[in-house]
Amino acid sequence: MEKFSKIISTAVPLPNQDIDTDQIIPARFLKATTRAGFGDNLFRDWRYNPDNSPKTDFPLNDSTYSGEILVAGRNFGCGSSREHAAWALYDYGFKVVVSSFFADIFKGNALNNGLLPVQVSDEFLSKLTEAIQKDPSVELSVDLEKQSISFDGGTESFEVNSYKKECLINGYDDIDYLVNIKNEIEAYEASSITI
Amino acid sequence: MGKTLFDKVWDAHVVKQLDGGNEVLYIDRHLIHEVTSPQAFEELKQRKLPLFRKGQMVATPDHNIPTQNQHLPIKDALSKHQVDTLVKNCEDFNVELYGLGHPYQGIVHVIGPELGITLPGRTMVCGDSHTSTHGAFGAIAFGIGTSQVTQVMASQCLLQIKPKTMRITVDGVLNPGVSAKDIILHIISQLTAAGGTGYFVEYAGSAITSLSMEARMTICNMSIEMGARGGMIAPDQTTYDYIEGRQYAPKGQEFEQALTYWKTLHTDVDVQFDKEYHYDAADIAPMLTYGTNPGMGIKITEAIPETLGAANQDSFNKSLNYMGFSPGESLIGKAITHVFIGSCTNSRIEDLRIVADYVKGKKKSDGVNAMIVPGSKQVEKQAIEEGIDKVLQEAGFELREPGCSACLAMNEDKVPAGAYCVSTSNRNFEGRQGPGSRTLLASPLVAAVTAIEGKIVDITKYLN
Repeated sequence: MEKFSKIISTAVPLPNQDIDTDQIIPARFLKATTRAGFGDNLFRDWRYNPDNSPKTDFPLNDSTYSGEILVAGRNFGCGSSREHAAWALYDYGFKVVVSSFFADIFKGNALNNGLLPVQVSDEFLSKLTEAIQKDPSVELSVDLEKQSISFDGGTESFEVNSYKKECLINGYDDIDYLVNIKNEIEAYEASSITI
Repeated sequence: MGKTLFDKVWDAHVVKQLDGGNEVLYIDRHLIHEVTSPQAFEELKQRKLPLFRKGQMVATPDHNIPTQNQHLPIKDALSKHQVDTLVKNCEDFNVELYGLGHPYQGIVHVIGPELGITLPGRTMVCGDSHTSTHGAFGAIAFGIGTSQVTQVMASQCLLQIKPKTMRITVDGVLNPGVSAKDIILHIISQLTAAGGTGYFVEYAGSAITSLSMEARMTICNMSIEMGARGGMIAPDQTTYDYIEGRQYAPKGQEFEQALTYWKTLHTDVDVQFDKEYHYDAADIAPMLTYGTNPGMGIKITEAIPETLGAANQDSFNKSLNYMGFSPGESLIGKAITHVFIGSCTNSRIEDLRIVADYVKGKKKSDGVNAMIVPGSKQVEKQAIEEGIDKVLQEAGFELREPGCSACLAMNEDKVPAGAYCVSTSNRNFEGRQGPGSRTLLASPLVAAVTAIEGKIVDITKYLN
């Protein structure tokens, strides 16, 4: 996993609520056996017409918007556990997703792939979304160390699990840790009731 | 103070507690399928890590396989490669595989219980959000991402923060024509698609304990549709009777020992849940969804709401626009061209029996394209033994071969753009059953009645 540091970037607004992982990456694009290339089909059916021409009114196709931060509506990433959703967002170039609420499995998958889910208040989110829509050159600063997100119109702190924060900053993942405690896992197995 | 069922099972599986609320949770059984496992095997190979406990894993292809002519090579090259990769990985790592054509093959969440792999008190995971299904047995079961699949492969453990607990109690007697699917669609319509996020749910009450295991699985299966990681039901005599004698279930004295332990798996009386909800079974009626998330459900006889509140207005409008419906509209009489009966929610023998009982002696509407996909080879075999295939055939339906099929439309089983499909599956997201498809979630009985009538009707008027 790549190390995550502070990010200063413009953002792409996608203020829909309940964006499910079938929208982020539809199931028919899950046939690959590697992690690469899912960004091409990110938001496929919102981004492209059935004839594969881009939908001009979709924010990812609007050249006024760009950047490494996606600012989405409430309850982002609900539905399927497909980690391909996190891979697609990261592969496309996003490093941060901002929302006022994240689905559990998506949040975990994002953190396991160096994609930072930043949960802010509904008020902050709507202020931020409006600011970007009004002026796409608005820059956001996301500081993981300080756990703060800020732009011209305000600053808010966000929560992140202390262990996950360490992992992101150092580029570690859970496998490194779990493989290292093999003896303790074996001791658990020997002592527990197994049915 | 006592403990919840969830706490009892969770606490028995904690290997180690870490700072920041993280815990190392031991996983008893790991189910894998072709779509979310290849990258995990690849990672193991890259890191030169062995499979830690291969005997605690079972594999089957289900998401990306055809439901016709399974004996022939898979036509779609990418799908074939993905299924072949699962076979190769299982050979390389010596993992038990129930491949295409094997008498135990089927949807992971159907075969786990029917083989006796799913047991009370176990922790189970799978790279699939509907792993919550197995909670019906009093197991802690939840869906994970592929990175976590790798973690379990490498260590049989996951780093987890313990979720909060929620109890949903449904008391009373269900009305005729109301099934487990209606109970869970009703609950989600009340709590919304995010109402359970951060929680692990226990379902309790007389309307739940009176259900069969198949019906309990339908309820737990859809826990994720309100955002909950999982749902559980305390094991009881119905559970023990279902398990006894199954392939991998404990036998003889081991079964008796297990039973002694399973009988301790219930929530103690003096327990405080983080959240509690109560429903009366008598208030639940046959349900249908009208929107693009499973929380957008109504009683079939109700009208679509005028609004879901100002904060949700844009999403509500977008959703109805996609579905081609209007606020305040009734769905009764709406023509339906597609019916899908299947998925890990409703593809078990009991579901097929309900459909067969209703359609026996009737004919499917000419305008309806109906797909009936059993959950496993064992369900298919049982259906044939009971003559269900013949009943369906005479009514104009076709029983296909097992798989996830049109629930997520990874294979060729798709609903065309713009078409309405009454589906017994679990998600009505935009394009879920194929690009542009419009899904209305319902019970197997509602789906069967719709297929015969070719339109949405108040099914309670059609029951004997």
